[in-house]
Amino acid sequence: MTVFKRVITFASLILLLAAGSIAAEQPQQTEQQKGFVPVSELPPQDQLPAAPLLVSAYAFVWLAVFGYVVSVARRLSVVQRECERLEADISRGHRTP
Amino acid sequence: MNAFVRIVWLVVRKDLTVEVRSREVIYTTVFFAVTVVLVFAFALVREGRALGDAAAGILWIAIAFAGTLALGRTFERERQAETLRALLLAPADRPAIYVGKLVGIVVLLVATELVLVPLIAFLFQAPLFSQPLWLTAVLLTGTLGYCAVGTLFAAMLVRARSRDVLLPVLLYPITIPVIIAGVRGTAALLEPTPDVAIIRFWVSLLVAFDTVFVTLALWTFEPLMTD
Amino acid sequence: MPKWFMPAAVICGIMFALSPVLIARAPYESTMGLVQKIFYYHMPAAGMFLVAAVVCGIASVRYLFGGSPRQDRLAWAAAELVVLFGAIALVTGPLWARKAWGVWWQWDVRLTSSLMGWMVAVAYLLVRKYGGPGSDKLAAGLALFGMANVPFIYISVNYWRTIHPTTNVVPTLPTSMGVPFWFCFTAFVLLFVLLLRLRVRLEEQRSRLDVLYLSLDE
Repeated sequence: MTVFKRVITFASLILLLAAGSIAAEQPQQTEQQKGFVPVSELPPQDQLPAAPLLVSAYAFVWLAVFGYVVSVARRLSVVQRECERLEADISRGHRTP
Repeated sequence: MNAFVRIVWLVVRKDLTVEVRSREVIYTTVFFAVTVVLVFAFALVREGRALGDAAAGILWIAIAFAGTLALGRTFERERQAETLRALLLAPADRPAIYVGKLVGIVVLLVATELVLVPLIAFLFQAPLFSQPLWLTAVLLTGTLGYCAVGTLFAAMLVRARSRDVLLPVLLYPITIPVIIAGVRGTAALLEPTPDVAIIRFWVSLLVAFDTVFVTLALWTFEPLMTD
Repeated sequence: MPKWFMPAAVICGIMFALSPVLIARAPYESTMGLVQKIFYYHMPAAGMFLVAAVVCGIASVRYLFGGSPRQDRLAWAAAELVVLFGAIALVTGPLWARKAWGVWWQWDVRLTSSLMGWMVAVAYLLVRKYGGPGSDKLAAGLALFGMANVPFIYISVNYWRTIHPTTNVVPTLPTSMGVPFWFCFTAFVLLFVLLLRLRVRLEEQRSRLDVLYLSLDE
């Protein structure tokens, strides 16, 4: 398997493992509001739900690292393929056109 | 020490002589700076009057842009005449050459500022001359800090590709602290009752930046120019 | 790749996979609630951002004054990691700030100087890619100036009035928060080392490619 494929497989396994652990461990629910309080009467801090921000933050971290690893792996396999091609050419005694 | 100062003086004299004879860089730089000020003045006009606090920011934006232009043009001239290589081959201390070029560029920018400051005071009714000594201190230390980094990078870029766009790319992130300090210092002395302590703080910060930048530039000029 | 790479990568992966568990179990911070949990990734990422900048700066100095290509490769790899970890810190921070401070961004010292340091790293990568011959030394000079910025970023928050938490927070964390924090921090350090090694390998292979091309042209 090329470096690229190996890296993708590994990273996907990690992501699956993480998703599994997150699903298994339920995050604590924020307290339900008792009684009806209109959103406009909540203090300003509570009006913005935190969960989307939290999830986006963690998702960005994972995606950024994953994306970077994929980028390096792709560049690496391109270069390694080229190296192998050149070495094969040299050992056969050819010059590149 | 004497030889160092002599080299600096020779380089400065050469640059100023060339410039005085052609006046190319000074005219184009001043004109460019004036157009920058005007563009920003028009961009920030509301109900026929420019925003009052904009004066300090616009002054330093104009200095930064004009400085980039002046740096590019000065070293382009060196590149075309291949005089930079001649300078480097000369039996002169490399740091002295750097300081010589730096002084030349600072003189050029100060000449530009002599035109810019009255213009901005006029266009924005900004009391820039209320604290002339502090204004001079802010302008000189800020210009020196900006040019210290700019001269180094412009000299290094002489042989690089895409040098025109790379100079701002390299220069602006590094000189952001100098520009911030310059703007805040200038804005502080534009206040109706300027707080000297605040102005003094920003000037001291600029002096600290200048020391760090000039030291780093002197230290790295030699290895960066050898190739 | 060296022998420690794969085991370390596995350990790092498992640590990252387990981190949400530890973070979910950590207690809530009193004023900020759920959104404060971004801290467990934001702070280590910011730490690695600074570490990478220092590594890049030191390698650049050693390259400028010693000429070793190995240092040049290390500097380039570290610069890419400055951009990566800096981006993480500069995205997770505002996401947290939106709830905690009410605004996405503040022009205070810590944020401004961090953004500036990040842009220096981006400029480094642009120079390396588009600068042509001599761009390695040019970028090294830039990295040196960028590194001078790092101590300023770190201590600025202690000396200027700023809305960003000071450096006093981490040493005084309660244990229930300290454990997940240091766990995540270790995971990030491990990640940094692994990514650095991986990226340096790319540079080594590129050098090998250059050597091969040169040997063909003799």
